[in-house]
Amino acid sequence: MHPAKSVIFFTTASGAGYGLMVWLALLAALGLVPADQAFGIVGFGLAFALIVGGLLSSTFHLGHPERAWRAFSQWRSSWLSREGVAAVVAFLPLGLFALCWVVMGENRGNAALIGLIGAAMSLLTIFTTSMIYAQLKTIPAWHNGWTVAGYLVLGPMNGALIALLLAQAFGYADAAQLLHRLAVALLVAGLAIKLFYWLRIHGGRVTSTAGTATGLGHLGKVTMSASPHDTDNYLLREMGFRVARKHAAKLRPIAIVAGFIIPFLLLVLTHHAGLGEGGILLALALAWLSCQIGLYVERWLFFAEAKHAVTLYYGEQAI
Amino acid sequence: MTCLPKDPTDKKLGLVIDLDICVGCHACAVNCKEWNTAGKSAPLTDYDPYGKKPDGVWFNRIHTYETDDGQGNGTTVHFPRSCLHCEDAPCVTVCPTGASYKRTEDGIVLVNEDICIGCKLCSWACPYGAREYDEAEGVMKKCTLCVDKIYNENLPESSRVPACVSTCPAGARSFGDLGDPDSEVSKLVAARGGIELMPEQGTKPVNRYLPPRPRKKGEEGKAPRMLNHSDDSADGAGLIARWVDKILS
Repeated sequence: MHPAKSVIFFTTASGAGYGLMVWLALLAALGLVPADQAFGIVGFGLAFALIVGGLLSSTFHLGHPERAWRAFSQWRSSWLSREGVAAVVAFLPLGLFALCWVVMGENRGNAALIGLIGAAMSLLTIFTTSMIYAQLKTIPAWHNGWTVAGYLVLGPMNGALIALLLAQAFGYADAAQLLHRLAVALLVAGLAIKLFYWLRIHGGRVTSTAGTATGLGHLGKVTMSASPHDTDNYLLREMGFRVARKHAAKLRPIAIVAGFIIPFLLLVLTHHAGLGEGGILLALALAWLSCQIGLYVERWLFFAEAKHAVTLYYGEQAI
Repeated sequence: MTCLPKDPTDKKLGLVIDLDICVGCHACAVNCKEWNTAGKSAPLTDYDPYGKKPDGVWFNRIHTYETDDGQGNGTTVHFPRSCLHCEDAPCVTVCPTGASYKRTEDGIVLVNEDICIGCKLCSWACPYGAREYDEAEGVMKKCTLCVDKIYNENLPESSRVPACVSTCPAGARSFGDLGDPDSEVSKLVAARGGIELMPEQGTKPVNRYLPPRPRKKGEEGKAPRMLNHSDDSADGAGLIARWVDKILS
């Protein structure tokens, strides 16, 4: 599948934004951070910027962005529509929670409850995003539970690294300690999910073949001897993306090391080595930066490695 | 509404394509383009049509495949590919706007281009590559089964079939109601063992493909004997030719 930059940015950025929201709500509910206005402005500012930036970027690949409002209508059947509805509904509790915290100086009691509702809506929105991909039988690499698990863990993992950096910068030690543990656990879980995902998609499982696509399988091996067209068409540009597959073997280690292992080691370092306050902040910032790079590569591979059934008509033997 | 029709009628209009007859001439694709670039989905945009990399929107794509059973037996099969108007059309249910829909009355799958946002998800959901995005118009386009031709009362009744069917010089394509077991197309499918493409994708396609008939073996399978060109008698030739023949031989 063609890795559209707008969709890669959207899924990673909004995932991080929703993840950050989840942890802000948790910190408020557990009473680990008071309704500190500056912390609130930076935290919610970042979270909303990531979410809104991601959502806006996702409209860039539309042929008619001005008609995007129509996408809220078909939630009965369409996961893309459900994602739109969930994203908009989530803004209500999240916006209220931010107002309570930043304007009214209140993040306990009812404000925390609203925050937790917002956190649940954030996770639901990430889930609907993952289902847009996981529902597609035409792309076996996506049509499995690891896709859903990946989105549900990587967004909050990314958000936890940002929240940890903020808690450390604002000097909330208890919050930083909890987020540190959460981030380490999510990095381990995220890496495990991605490894299982890659095992699954490279495990030789076959859904459809050139034989079933053409109905000629009973005659033996089916190969295309003449293409309908000499130049690439929409189908080959959108669904027949091949560039990355030859680099996948190199890119997968980059995603693993930058996305998970370096942030993990940096987080461990902040706990055990005698770094000063500045050193810890630098290590946490580097951990987040490295994770960003790794996740962009991971998301790029998520698209580029996925084979679509239509390629069976253009020479692919099995998907 | 992108939910599939709850109480569909029995009518399932579709195509039956005979892979034993198709000669791969692309006439169906060309006439399809001709009709539809002025029809419901008009225009079927071309990009760089006279340049080095011509490309554009087509509803029919004609592939050629070779099969090899590993024992020296091969076949060449020309394979027209177009929308199969599936009963469980995944391209319809994924649509977030309601632009993509399946008609209750005859099962034709269409796109309402006035509300399509061009998100392309329907083309991801279709295993058959039946949907092509029009980059100039920013909307998705697909085979309409010539809905503006098959019901067109301004045309003589014999012309009320899809453009790909009426133009096929070999008669490889048939059109009819595959929901009616007594229709000509249903009988053809039954007689020839017509197949669904990628049934494992769960789309329940309406169109059927008739696989090539098995090769005949032995004497029966050989090509007809050649005419005997070594015959050098002048019997049956004209007067002058016989006279020339007599002088020269």
